[in-house]
Amino acid sequence: MKTNDIILQTTTKVVVFIIILFSIFIFFKGHYTPGGGFVGGLLTSGAIVLLLLAFDMKTVAEILPINYIYMTATGLLFAVGTAAGALFFNVPFLTHAFGDVYLPILGKTSLHTATIFDLGVFLVVVGVTMTIIQTIGGDE
Amino acid sequence: MSLLHLAIISPFLLAILVPILYKSFRQIHTGWFVLPLPILLFSYFLSFLSIQEPITKSVPWIPFLGIDFIAKIDGLSLLFALLITGIGSLVVLYSVYYLSKDKEKLNTFYVYLLLFMGAMLGVVLSDNLIVLYMFWEFTSFSSFLLIGYWYHKEKSRYGAQKSMIITVFGGLSMLGGIILLYIMTGSFNISEIMEIVPSISDHTLFIPALLCFLVGAFTKSAQFPFHIWLPDAMEAPTPVSAYLHSATMVKAGIYLVARMSPVFAAEGLWLWLVGGVGIITLFWGSFNAVKQTDLKAILAYSTISQLGMIMSLLGIGAAALHFEGIEKSVYAAAITAAVFHLINHATFKGSLFMVVGIVDHETGTRDIRKLGGLMNFMPITFTLAIIGTFSMAGLPPFNGFLSKEMFFAGMLRVLELDIFSFETWGLLFPVIAWLASVFTFLYSMILVFKTFTGKFQPEKLEKKPHEAPIGMLISPIILASLVIIFGLFPNILSNSMIAPAINAIMPGNAADVHISFWHGFTPELFMTIGVIATGILLYISLPKWRRVYDLFPKKLTLNRLYDGSLEFAQSISKKLTSGYMNGSIRTYLVYIFSFFIVILASTIAVKDAFKMDTSNISSIGFYEILLALAIVVASISILFAKSRLTSIILLGSVGYTVSLFFVLFRAPDLALTQLVIETISVALFLLCFYHLPKNSKNEERIRFKLTNLLISIGVGAIVTVIALSAHSNKMFDSIAQYYVENTYEKAAGKNMVNVILVDFRGFDTLFEITVLSIAALGIFTMIKLKMKGGRKNENK
Repeated sequence: MKTNDIILQTTTKVVVFIIILFSIFIFFKGHYTPGGGFVGGLLTSGAIVLLLLAFDMKTVAEILPINYIYMTATGLLFAVGTAAGALFFNVPFLTHAFGDVYLPILGKTSLHTATIFDLGVFLVVVGVTMTIIQTIGGDE
Repeated sequence: MSLLHLAIISPFLLAILVPILYKSFRQIHTGWFVLPLPILLFSYFLSFLSIQEPITKSVPWIPFLGIDFIAKIDGLSLLFALLITGIGSLVVLYSVYYLSKDKEKLNTFYVYLLLFMGAMLGVVLSDNLIVLYMFWEFTSFSSFLLIGYWYHKEKSRYGAQKSMIITVFGGLSMLGGIILLYIMTGSFNISEIMEIVPSISDHTLFIPALLCFLVGAFTKSAQFPFHIWLPDAMEAPTPVSAYLHSATMVKAGIYLVARMSPVFAAEGLWLWLVGGVGIITLFWGSFNAVKQTDLKAILAYSTISQLGMIMSLLGIGAAALHFEGIEKSVYAAAITAAVFHLINHATFKGSLFMVVGIVDHETGTRDIRKLGGLMNFMPITFTLAIIGTFSMAGLPPFNGFLSKEMFFAGMLRVLELDIFSFETWGLLFPVIAWLASVFTFLYSMILVFKTFTGKFQPEKLEKKPHEAPIGMLISPIILASLVIIFGLFPNILSNSMIAPAINAIMPGNAADVHISFWHGFTPELFMTIGVIATGILLYISLPKWRRVYDLFPKKLTLNRLYDGSLEFAQSISKKLTSGYMNGSIRTYLVYIFSFFIVILASTIAVKDAFKMDTSNISSIGFYEILLALAIVVASISILFAKSRLTSIILLGSVGYTVSLFFVLFRAPDLALTQLVIETISVALFLLCFYHLPKNSKNEERIRFKLTNLLISIGVGAIVTVIALSAHSNKMFDSIAQYYVENTYEKAAGKNMVNVILVDFRGFDTLFEITVLSIAALGIFTMIKLKMKGGRKNENK
């Protein structure tokens, strides 16, 4: 029943990357400007939803062979792992660490464990949104 | 743990072993294993007969609450302990022959019986009121099990339930009394309470405590109007009736009254209540016993009546506290009579129950209309019945005669009482006592002569009657011989048992207890002669005046009241519950919101909390007014929207306006999130709308309901008022300054919102994403895991 939505599909192919880039942008700069894991995750799932609209579910599943429930679990693991990791350094649960680190290619970079926590949030949000949409959409 | 404690808990220990013994030795009657214990205990308690001072042994149980398992043995407890173990042994022996080892579940029977025996011993030997209460409830509960022993019979279950409800009601009331006493005295130990009592008799809680204790005692001892459970408890096996409902459990109330006499008896109310209720019970029980046709029912009412007699004697005896010298010993004699009759009643009533059990066992019926002329078939049983009933009726030379004489003497002394306004109504006591004795005589005669003399009706009997086996006769023979021995030589009891018991009931009243068989031509002797003469006359003319009982309206009985109130309570609570629990969520929301309004509004009104302070508000800009108007218009339009689609779109517009508000109030993170989330939720709403069943898609406005309108306005108003007051009552500064200062310093971030979310308050975020995951999993499982055949169930 799919009509030949050539314009939608072509536009999607371009726009999806822009949206994903924007979501990554918003995710990474969340610590300094508005944004963060939550909005970033929602935007990424928005991009995937756009794919779902332009193509069908089967195609999208082939392009992105992801089990979103595992993704949710991974996100939770990241968040809990970051939080629990603090315990190994004899500091209270969920104490974050940050500092400047010299990396081989990037040089002096400011790193923050809060980003890993935020990545957990990001993954959970993408996982949750996509699980909900896919389950409801896939239901006969 | 002393030997005394071991004696109290030994029945419980044996009860554990009984099922094992029952299963391992099927060919031996389990009763034989049980029998040695009460005999052993009886001889153990006999060894205390010579004690002069009470013996107290204590084992800590819950010391920080003042609850210790204190076993105290004095004259009164010893008397009861001997009754419990002595009659217990005889009943166990009797039950060995009464209950068939092939047909009955003997393991449960003896477990219950042993539980009961241990509990009774605990009640009479505990000095700590809480421990006493514990054992008290144990007796209620084990007697419940025993009454319902033949649980397949509807009447057994009814009787068990009734006795449970009534005695537990009394037990709980007694617990209330115990607690009140503890509040007043600070102790649970009876001996300590007795010492403190003179100083607290003016306490406001004293009378309530007294009433609570009396309700407990009256329900247990089947006193008017709580006596109704006892006749129904006759559905129990006869050994149980003999043991529980004549000799032991029903005397727990008597024990309690006697035990608490030193505490409460100085109060005039005690005299009136104990004496008055006792005498009413005495009359009512004996009066009703006459009309019964079931042998056990006669005995049940007779038990009620005899317990009333003991109770009234205890009440009158309390008058001794108010007199000195010769007067004192006169009233203390009433206590002597009570204790003496307590023993007598246990002996003759126990034997009578066993006799009735034999008649039932050998003929298959207990109905006196079917029985008659059994004298020739069961000569020994007949002799035993004669002894028991004549003693019960108060005829010489049996022990009942002596206690009845002493009872009359005690009641006659009421006439001379000039305290607590006894001079006005005191005359009723001897009169009622005499009338009740006439009826006692009457039913005693009915019991024995209707059963054993008259016409023999073999066609109405299920079995061919014959004499009972010797084993079944041993116990009643022992009891009947005690009846005669105590009747002829009452003084073998007086110094060994009665005097110490009286000393315990009335400390410091070591009256010279002497029961003389013949006191000369006293008024009470003529009263007895009158009783016998009137009784014989009434017995002969019984068919003529029997119809008197029909005069009483059947609807006005206490049983009807009990059944009616149970039904009433049931139907009322059912109506009440189905009235407010109607299953509609709308109604429950109405309750919740109404309570919300009422509680908050009354709190605001009572605390005078409403306050409006405009000094701290910022100015209102043009865009804010515009957006507020938009949101108000959208919200109100939702209520009047005709189609659901319009509502969804309007709801979306409310959400987007909120997002604009976030923009306006400088919350970019919130604005972003709100925008996306609103989009997703509107999409989900549309999905729901699309899948609505056809017939409910009918476009329809929200129906108007005044309650809904009022409640929603109320909730809105309350929330507004609270918000205004809260804003006007700022107690301290915000803590936001800390975040402003430390976001970069400590967390190396510049987006304060995000830093709070992942760093300062990351714990909340952790669980919020958990909530999201659970929601996703929930949706996944709800949709994917549809049970096969679910539709089939729907059609059922």
